[in-house]
Amino acid sequence: MRLQKLTPQRLWILLGYTAAAAALFSAPLFVSDFRLNLLAKFLAFAIVALGLDLIWGYTGILSLGHGIFFGLGAYAMAMYLKLEASGGKPPDFMGWSGLKELPLFWQPFQHFGFAVVMGIAIPALLALVLGYFTFRNRIRGVYFTILTQALVIITTTLLVGQQAFTGGTNGVTGYSSLLGFSLGSPDTKRALYLITVVVLISIFVLCRFVIGSRFGKVLRAIRDGENRVRFIGYNPATYQMVVFTLSAAIAGLAGMLFVLHVGIISPSMLGIVPSIEMVLWVAIGGRGTLIGAALGAILMNWAKSEFSTAYPEGWLFFMGALFVVVVVFMPKGVAGLVGQLKFRRKRREPEHERVRNPAV
Amino acid sequence: MKKRLFYQFSLLLVALTLVLAGCGSKNEPVSTKEETPKATEAANTGASTEGEIKVGILHSQSGTMAISEVSVIDAELMAIDEINAAGGVMGKKIVPVIEDGASDWPTFAEKARKLISEDKVATVFGGWTSASRKAMKPVFEELNGLLWYPVQYEGLESSPNIFYTGATTNQQIVPSVTWLLENRGKKFYLLGSDYVFPRTANLVIKEQLKAEGGELVGEEYTPLGHTDYSTLISKIKEAKPDVVYNTLNGDSNVAFFKQLKDAGITAKDITTLSVSVAEEEIRGIGVDVLEGHLAAWNYYQTTDTPANKTFVENYKKKYGAERVTADPIEAGYTAVYLWAAAVEKAGSTEVDKVKEAAKELEWDAPEGKVKIDGATQHIYKTVRIGEVQADGQFKEMWNSGEAVKPDPYLKGYDWAASIQPTE
Repeated sequence: MRLQKLTPQRLWILLGYTAAAAALFSAPLFVSDFRLNLLAKFLAFAIVALGLDLIWGYTGILSLGHGIFFGLGAYAMAMYLKLEASGGKPPDFMGWSGLKELPLFWQPFQHFGFAVVMGIAIPALLALVLGYFTFRNRIRGVYFTILTQALVIITTTLLVGQQAFTGGTNGVTGYSSLLGFSLGSPDTKRALYLITVVVLISIFVLCRFVIGSRFGKVLRAIRDGENRVRFIGYNPATYQMVVFTLSAAIAGLAGMLFVLHVGIISPSMLGIVPSIEMVLWVAIGGRGTLIGAALGAILMNWAKSEFSTAYPEGWLFFMGALFVVVVVFMPKGVAGLVGQLKFRRKRREPEHERVRNPAV
Repeated sequence: MKKRLFYQFSLLLVALTLVLAGCGSKNEPVSTKEETPKATEAANTGASTEGEIKVGILHSQSGTMAISEVSVIDAELMAIDEINAAGGVMGKKIVPVIEDGASDWPTFAEKARKLISEDKVATVFGGWTSASRKAMKPVFEELNGLLWYPVQYEGLESSPNIFYTGATTNQQIVPSVTWLLENRGKKFYLLGSDYVFPRTANLVIKEQLKAEGGELVGEEYTPLGHTDYSTLISKIKEAKPDVVYNTLNGDSNVAFFKQLKDAGITAKDITTLSVSVAEEEIRGIGVDVLEGHLAAWNYYQTTDTPANKTFVENYKKKYGAERVTADPIEAGYTAVYLWAAAVEKAGSTEVDKVKEAAKELEWDAPEGKVKIDGATQHIYKTVRIGEVQADGQFKEMWNSGEAVKPDPYLKGYDWAASIQPTE
């Protein structure tokens, strides 16, 4: 990356990011263990939102199937954790589903490294295959979105139906330790939180880098006029495939962190509703701005958690109200608010001048 | 333009205030139920925790399971109010902290963690689906909390931090299969929703059929929320079973029984026995299509005990004459009383002491005398098979006579060896 001139505006932004990072890193010092655990979960969601923004906000591909990529990553990690908890024996749900032997595809998941690689590789591979068949055939827009929804239904049905191999609707839960560290101990939790912060910041920087590069410029060009890009001589399909795969890999990574914090993954977490919810976070936070996507995920989930605690019976109404307010009054999301304010000030200044100098 | 912007900002301000209001109240135990004015008052005045004991209530108040779970919350709040009115536990008032599990398993885990570590509740009454219990189980075990789970389930579990006040398989499914084999015929057709309870339950039934001379003529699973049963009903007709053993859940029951009736099959032609259809579901499905069909539970609104008479009366007085009681509602109510009795006996709300005191504790529940089995933390329950009557209530056809000892791992049944966990 070439060095950019440090204008006052850039300085402020840089300061803001530094403050945010410092706040995230120091959170364990002044937040209770429970709140820290919640925050860690929100940060995992923020990571998915970043990946989603990359394809939706910057490339114009709307995927309503990111729950799957998230879920596949989560399942990979869950399989490892479950095997560590059972000491390599078939996990409990296999027993009560009538399975006595550990299935072959479960066995390599005893190794942490394998599970982590698979947690990223499986979602990426699935996205690559889906992308290959759709983007190359110039399936886009709403048709692509519908395909991703179909993929969601297929995957959840498969996970629910194959109870002996996947734990069915219950999902996979009941872990004890990660690499020998007890998942219940506050120290492990704090360490996991810090790892999540590091991953979030790394992914954020990675996305920034991608967007700032030539590759990122082509992505935005595809969003604004796919045919023109093609006529100039680029092949949009390749770019779309690469960015969709990258986005899925990021979602898988977030899924792995999610399982570590929450301690359960079930098919309901990768169904249609969560997949749409993920897109909502990006929309609320501000599509096409990375910080907006991350903020949106944190804000929406935090609001969900607080509202449901304060009003267990009516919290969904508040969520709905929040959503309506943001969509109606902040079309560019929360991150767009800054722009909206600035815009307003600029509009106002010339007016004042005109009043002051009526002669001009 | 200016005016509009001003207007927009004022609205934004309102929205932000709402958000802040939401977080402002996070530290207070909140009970939004109007029916518990006493509890709410106590919580809101922020009275010192010296004279109170906080308990968590964690069921789904939104999402697909809300329709079933809200009634259980009502029953649990009623029990809490009754106990408070009679002087509380150890002279202290019980204050409920209500959380919404939102029919979402990770949310159940999150809220359970919150109740134990943030609100420091003495115990939690909660859950309905097996999945929600499985999600909460590691949290309770990790933080050494105490959960009372009020619904019949598939067994094969016994956690040191959970008390199960619903039936396990040997208190509902196993005896009902034996009864059906003796009274209705040998040919069984198993029909269930595609999730853990039906699949596991049917695994048990299949082993039992093999051992007790029954015959399996068909086994089908449909996704949760499935509503088209015409093909399945044709299959059932072809297989000519004596009994359809029904483990469908929720809306699917409405569709299945309506279409069964439309196909001209009545309870006289094929016996169906359901394990997830209780009084509340009858109201939803319709008495006309269910009349004559069977169910297996441990409690019916019509169960004839003195305790049940008062229970039904109070429930209707409190929540409306049109409301009905049912097995999980009764089990939730019983759970609160059992916990209160254990605390009273232990003289403490500490989890380990309460668990110790709860061993072999007896109580006259609406379903009859129940006793906590110390080894499994399940309770002794009487098995009852009932037939749906024209008034939407059950008529008891058979009961086990005495409360059956819980056996979640079916250790007392030789044929169940292949289902039991290996270690």
